[in-house]
Amino acid sequence: MISARRKSYGVKGAPYAFLLPATILFALFFALPIGYAVWLSLHKVQVKGLGLGSGARKEVWAGLENYTDSLTDSELLAGALRVLGYGAIVVPVMLGLALLFALMLDTDRVRLAPVTRLAIFLPYAIPGVVAAMLWGFLYLPDVSPFYFVLDRLGLPQPDLLDGGPLYIALSNIAVWGGTGFNMIVIYTALQAIPAEVYEAAKLDGATPLQTALRIKIPMVVPSLVLTFFFSIIATLQVFSEPTTLKPLTNSVSTTWSPLMKVYQDAFGKGDIHSAAATAVIIALVTLVLSFGFLRAANSRNKQEAAQ
Amino acid sequence: MPHTKLRRLVTISVAVSLGATALAACGSSDDDSEADAGPVSLTYWSWTPGMDKVADLWNDGQGKKDQIKVTVKKQASGDTLVTKILTAHKAKKAPDLVQAEYQALPTLVSNDALADIAGDVDGVKDKFAEGVWQQTTLGSDAVYAIPQDSGPMMFYYREDLFKKYGLDVPKTWEEFAETARALKKKAPETDLTTFSANDSGLFAGLAQQAGAKWWTTEGDKWKVGIDDAASQKVADFWGGLVKEGAIDNQPMYTPAWNKALNTGKQIAWVSAVWAPGTLTTAAPDTKGKWAMAPLPQWSASENVTGSWGGSSTAVTTDSTHKSAAAKFATWLNTDPEALTALAKEGGIYPAATTAQTSDAFTEPPAYFSNQPDFYTQAAAIAKTTAPSAWGPNVNVAYTTFKDAFGAAAKNKSDFGAALTKMQDDTVADLDKQGFEVAE
Repeated sequence: MISARRKSYGVKGAPYAFLLPATILFALFFALPIGYAVWLSLHKVQVKGLGLGSGARKEVWAGLENYTDSLTDSELLAGALRVLGYGAIVVPVMLGLALLFALMLDTDRVRLAPVTRLAIFLPYAIPGVVAAMLWGFLYLPDVSPFYFVLDRLGLPQPDLLDGGPLYIALSNIAVWGGTGFNMIVIYTALQAIPAEVYEAAKLDGATPLQTALRIKIPMVVPSLVLTFFFSIIATLQVFSEPTTLKPLTNSVSTTWSPLMKVYQDAFGKGDIHSAAATAVIIALVTLVLSFGFLRAANSRNKQEAAQ
Repeated sequence: MPHTKLRRLVTISVAVSLGATALAACGSSDDDSEADAGPVSLTYWSWTPGMDKVADLWNDGQGKKDQIKVTVKKQASGDTLVTKILTAHKAKKAPDLVQAEYQALPTLVSNDALADIAGDVDGVKDKFAEGVWQQTTLGSDAVYAIPQDSGPMMFYYREDLFKKYGLDVPKTWEEFAETARALKKKAPETDLTTFSANDSGLFAGLAQQAGAKWWTTEGDKWKVGIDDAASQKVADFWGGLVKEGAIDNQPMYTPAWNKALNTGKQIAWVSAVWAPGTLTTAAPDTKGKWAMAPLPQWSASENVTGSWGGSSTAVTTDSTHKSAAAKFATWLNTDPEALTALAKEGGIYPAATTAQTSDAFTEPPAYFSNQPDFYTQAAAIAKTTAPSAWGPNVNVAYTTFKDAFGAAAKNKSDFGAALTKMQDDTVADLDKQGFEVAE
């Protein structure tokens, strides 16, 4: 009797025992730090008098003050708009190129496919900061070989680190680094399309272009959704490229992107509470935007399936 | 990139908070809690190269006698270390000794990270210039640090190119502007120098020379004078030069700037005593062609300079051996043997006035072999350093400077407006933190 009870007890407890490590890790490295960030965002520092010496500075409850400050800060909004403009260039260009390269690699007549694939993928293996530095040097008129050539040919030399061209310069770094990764995702999906589909298309007399447009692209839509999802998140969190280019030009401010503002508030101004509030806002916006997009894409898929 | 960023989606909001714990974990682990009797072990955070070798001199000599052992932990310089010290202090794990730039001292004191060591440093004051020492007391009776190195500002120029273009070394800022214009006429592709918005210390030093006092106290209130008449004069002067195109407006320390210095596209640099080190790496091909002169003055009768850079050694409130730490800090910055080693190993220009004319400084820096009296002149200039006035949120003012002046330099717009923004943001931040601010 006793042993039977113990046995059933043990079986009931087993799932919890299996869950325990993951739960502990989740609590320690996810829930707790997020909770701490939220806690920080609801507090602020209060100073007495000159603020010198001990006991002059204490942490007090701030309520939503940091959040209202952050949301009414025109610099954060301006940063968000800058990032939006940057994303409007990066996402379509990067995904368009990735899709194009994937389709081209997937055609029958392609030569040296593995080498080409690797060559396109390679920039992704280069750390973002290194890539940004590399391009930064190429953008600086005084040290760039491109400008040397333009100069010799007597062609106009655009200032890539200012105004509108700055967005192109920054986007170029992201596109250069990210296209390869997205291409591999789409290419893998293309490889998974069963051969009989192509056979049927061929029998119906479809040209390679028609096959690409009517069969391949519709069948890799889920991968496109996925890469789009990743790209949105990467765009909202752009940090290393503008940060690396910042010392090279007066045009990139320390708060160019929202994430740079968080960094600047926390480590430049030493105001960890405002930084935490802004970080929470960015995280929420990212969540809403990216999952909103996923939902929209899913419901459309379902609708299509129903039809 | 994208898939790692997915993970960062959540962690980014967390990084800020996690940083605190992670950094605290690298804090000192060898805190022993007994009083100053018996062997004492101290940890010292410093970014000066070769500091460990200087500490070894102490550990093998004086320190051995006093049973005080110092371990140096190499750190990143400047603002980064301030953040790190504050974070470690939050966890009560700051090291015993830290290196801190002068302008960071009020921030550190305001966070209660630095101990008052006035009782342990009797008679040390006389070894330093008044203007330098005053920065470590914050105008009070307390002593929060011992000056280590200083950065008196000077004017560096290409001797050969000044001769070639028929230019005279400017003695006043007015002559400086004339020189810039004259050069533009003779060689339109060449600039005298650039106004760079990426190092706030340069502008702060220039304002200091003009007599600006950015932070002062009035009773229990702070008074912010960033847009005072002196600073406004400096801002208008440089803004005017940028606007008329007499000088360049691109930032310093970029590959393009290095090239401009190295190829004679820019032929002068307003800098500080440490410039030879920077020039050695930035413009290696022009070694021996540069010369140093005192900074131009606002009026011909004046003789005053600002300071750019420089740091001190401070004892933290977390240290359990404050007297022992103060003893080491005093030795490090006043003992002739220590200072010679610091100059040799770390390449610093000591704040202690006697050291500025010591054996370590009889020879000019290798880059300036053409100017044998480099350090004699430097010591004379160092004596004319104007006092500076730092406050508890220099970091905020400096950050605003970079953005506001960066934009103004780019658009060649009004520098005065940028200065006003700097003032407003600094005051707003003090208000927000709860400091009392005098109008």
